[in-house]
Amino acid sequence: MKKLLVIFLLIVNSVFAGEAKPLADDPVLEARLKALSQELRCLVCQNTTLADSTAPLAEDLRQEIRQLMREGKSDKEVVDYLVARYGNFVRYRPPVNNSTALLWFGPFLLLIVGGFVLFRVLKKHAIGEDIQPEDE
Amino acid sequence: MSRTAKFLIPLALFLIAVGFLFKGLFLDPHEVPSPLVGKPAPTFQAPVLSDASKTFNSADMKDQVWLLNVWASWCGACRDEHPILMAMAKTNQIATYGLDYKDTDQEAQAVLDTNGNPYKTIATDANGKIGINYGVYGVPETYVIDKAGVIRYKQIGPITEEILLTKIVPLLKELQR
Repeated sequence: MKKLLVIFLLIVNSVFAGEAKPLADDPVLEARLKALSQELRCLVCQNTTLADSTAPLAEDLRQEIRQLMREGKSDKEVVDYLVARYGNFVRYRPPVNNSTALLWFGPFLLLIVGGFVLFRVLKKHAIGEDIQPEDE
Repeated sequence: MSRTAKFLIPLALFLIAVGFLFKGLFLDPHEVPSPLVGKPAPTFQAPVLSDASKTFNSADMKDQVWLLNVWASWCGACRDEHPILMAMAKTNQIATYGLDYKDTDQEAQAVLDTNGNPYKTIATDANGKIGINYGVYGVPETYVIDKAGVIRYKQIGPITEEILLTKIVPLLKELQR
């Protein structure tokens, strides 16, 4: 039994030892990769960032980003590279353009409308109009 | 504002919201529209499956309408799709080329030996680099590429009979003209 446990632990250990490898040679680049990949979506699991995802594609894409960064590409160029292939969906922050205008400015629009309605209601209150039943 | 209107406006807004949400029930969040549709297909050269001495060059496909089907032996949905690819191959009207994505030649060849080979040629993409250029994020994926080398359609997930008949076949007819 003890032997089995030892063997089991050895196997588990060797598996974990394999995992940690890619923590690579260049800490500056790794930090950049980490920061950037937190802004990017893993397309396989969709609700996970590229930084957190363990999907094989995410690993490939991190490797690809490393490569691009080594070639001296800026963060923006890396993001553009991915957007050209996977679309704006890879970005957690959608860019402001015609199709996303409502997404970006809709809440402010609602705020203005809500403010306007509130203003009207409060004004009515101040005059005391609301006490009287409204005539149809 | 009359009292009825006061009730009707929120009700109308509510119904509009419900309408949008209801539509949302029938959308597949895994289908991300590809920015590559309408753009030139990325060119690539890759070794041919089980015959690494040969090279598949996508540039040789100019002046042809062709399908690029990205698949792998480890992909379950590809097996579901396989019979329809076989049926398409039998008609001899659709040129389907395979891209074996992140796979080994032995395993891919074994699947083809068992189930049949619907492809004219299969290029291999062992490290997934070509896949990245094509924006592949889940196999199977199929690209319809026209004579000018432009991607005209991308199917994410298996081709079903319905998609084949309503989308791919009409598009191919139009492109082959």
